[in-house]
Amino acid sequence: MNQLHIKTMADYMAAGEEPEILFWVGCAGSFDERAQKITRAVATILTNMGIKFAILGTEESCTGDPAKRAGNEFLFQMMAMTNIEVLNAYNIKKIVTACPHCFNTLKNEYPGLGGTYEVIHHSQLIQQLIDEGKLKIENGEAFKGKKITYHDPCYLGRANGVYEAPRAVIEQLDAELTEMKRCRTNGLCCGAGGAQMFKEPEKGNKDINIERTEEALALKPDVIAVSCPFCMTMIRDGVKLAEKETEVQVLDIAEIATKANGWS
Amino acid sequence: MLAQLLFVLISAAAIWLFARNVKKIRRNILLGKDIDRSDAPAERWKTMAMVALGQSKMMKRPVAGFFHILIYVGFVIINIEVLEIVIDGIFGSHRILSFAGGLYNFLIGSFEVLALGVLSACIIFLIRRNIIHLKRFSGTEMKGWPVSDANYILIAEILLMTAFLTMNAADYKLQALGVSHYVKAGSFPISAALASILPDNITALEVIERVCWWFHIVGIFAFLNYIPYSKHFHILLAFPNTWYSNLNNKGKLTNMASVTNEVKAMLDPSFTPPADATPGRFGAKDVTDLTWVNLMNAYSCTECGRCTSNCPANMTGKLLSPRKIMMDTRDRLEEVGNNIDKHGKDYQDGKTLLGDYITAEELWACTTCNACTESCPVNIDPLSIIVELRRYLVMEESNAPASINNMFGNIENNQAPWKYSPTDRINWINQ
Ligand code: SF4
Ligand code: SF4
Repeated sequence: MNQLHIKTMADYMAAGEEPEILFWVGCAGSFDERAQKITRAVATILTNMGIKFAILGTEESCTGDPAKRAGNEFLFQMMAMTNIEVLNAYNIKKIVTACPHCFNTLKNEYPGLGGTYEVIHHSQLIQQLIDEGKLKIENGEAFKGKKITYHDPCYLGRANGVYEAPRAVIEQLDAELTEMKRCRTNGLCCGAGGAQMFKEPEKGNKDINIERTEEALALKPDVIAVSCPFCMTMIRDGVKLAEKETEVQVLDIAEIATKANGWS
Repeated sequence: MLAQLLFVLISAAAIWLFARNVKKIRRNILLGKDIDRSDAPAERWKTMAMVALGQSKMMKRPVAGFFHILIYVGFVIINIEVLEIVIDGIFGSHRILSFAGGLYNFLIGSFEVLALGVLSACIIFLIRRNIIHLKRFSGTEMKGWPVSDANYILIAEILLMTAFLTMNAADYKLQALGVSHYVKAGSFPISAALASILPDNITALEVIERVCWWFHIVGIFAFLNYIPYSKHFHILLAFPNTWYSNLNNKGKLTNMASVTNEVKAMLDPSFTPPADATPGRFGAKDVTDLTWVNLMNAYSCTECGRCTSNCPANMTGKLLSPRKIMMDTRDRLEEVGNNIDKHGKDYQDGKTLLGDYITAEELWACTTCNACTESCPVNIDPLSIIVELRRYLVMEESNAPASINNMFGNIENNQAPWKYSPTDRINWINQ
């Protein structure tokens, strides 16, 4: 694994400098073992593209999203106001995050509480880098002739209308992008949103992630692409349960970009 | 003369009754809490034009969409004919607008074609509901009244269209026979074919023509007064409902102002909340805790089930059905309204939306995925009701599943939903 040199906002402040962009890592990206790899992929892209970026490090806290969706508005606003205080103190203007839940909350719900920033999802950043000709992934040997399907996360897709940016990355590859019947506005949830990630499902006859993974596996893909750490967990569990983990990889858009470049 | 008088009386009674029922619904809707949806009027008009007038979301399901548009266009255009019927009814005239000549003939001809279209679409819809048994029209909330309601509407439209075409057929024949009252006017591409099965006797034809005429117009008045009791009310409310729809990104939930005041006071002891801030209840327990837009949504719901058929919780066998959330809200609101009519404004019947209609199990199954709001053809938002009820469960009753309470505890204590130390946040760098 290559060594990453990551600076925090405090480091920049001490040096009397300001970064171009803040990388909001999020709780899943910080603590979940699989999601940490996505975080590293995003950090690798930022580093290799020569973008001056910082993280908050230990000064970052949960955005409060799971509390809010579960109905605990108190806890949400406590977290939001604490975070906004930190962000405003560092004079943050622009944020990129690899988690659609953090993305949605920072972008839509923080402004009303005094935290207004330009917030983008990492798939949008990657698309922008591709459009500008800075990031090239079309020669990626790793995906040559592979069949890839993409799962829309609710909080990126329907919640914020971002459907094309993550697909743009896949379309650059010499690979085949096949869509599930339920995609884009009709995309099916992975089952994790609305704080479901933190509880057992209610009584029913099937788990939502199984329903979704079956739909993806029916296309016989080599890769199921995701762009949300929660979807990653849910779809990977589904693939494992179907005993397909040797044939089918579940990868984040950022990991596809780094692998295509041989960076990981 | 007697017929004219009778006609005027029936029309007046029908319109008065309709206005009374609409007023009652308006009052019920305004029992909801205030919410400002008057911003961005240009975008709102556009949304209404696209979604309600243009039915843009109906074509997502092309078969249902096509036939629905057929009924909708037919319904709206054939109502031009009602204008003439009303004038004829008041003045005892016959086909008073026929002076328009060629244009008139063209209109009457098109009405006939549309009437046949509406008739066929209604038959197809009846077959889909009662013979093919499409899954979308079933579910726990689709038992009894909602099923009959849908069938009554379709049957009523079939009867009205049949009366309309039979009336024209008799008229056509009377015109051909040269009966003086029946001026030669109109073109009858569909009913001309029906004419052969009618008798040739002039009196019999006159009776048929009059009976159908009365049946058609009285039927329309009866239908008008059925609408407020039915899911068919969507034909009117679809318009304001889309105008007032949520224009924000779907992922944005409201920030509760009452909570903001309390949190600010906690973080900063010198903060004084604004004077008009009434703490009240956190979240919603009953319909009156919801906003008037939520309540208008409930009256606009056409029970089509597009939301429920796309709901990930519902399709995996959970209790939750967003359609049921809307139907429960309407039923409970009707109950609250009836209580006010019977017992006065402050009457408490001891029931609430949460508990007596909607259970916690349903609410906890929602993934907040927005599939329901996306698929609703009239932009109804079941999710905001679900969230408001959850807020009540959590903030007023502390009634959350244990694992959710654990998550709350973790966020409070370690600033993350899992049990990790904040200092481990940067461990990913060296993994
Ligand atoms: S937001 Fe909730 S109710 Fe609506 S479709 Fe998704 S899970 Fe079902
Ligand atoms: S809420 Fe909308 S989609 Fe759901 S049943 Fe009612 S009208 Fe249909």
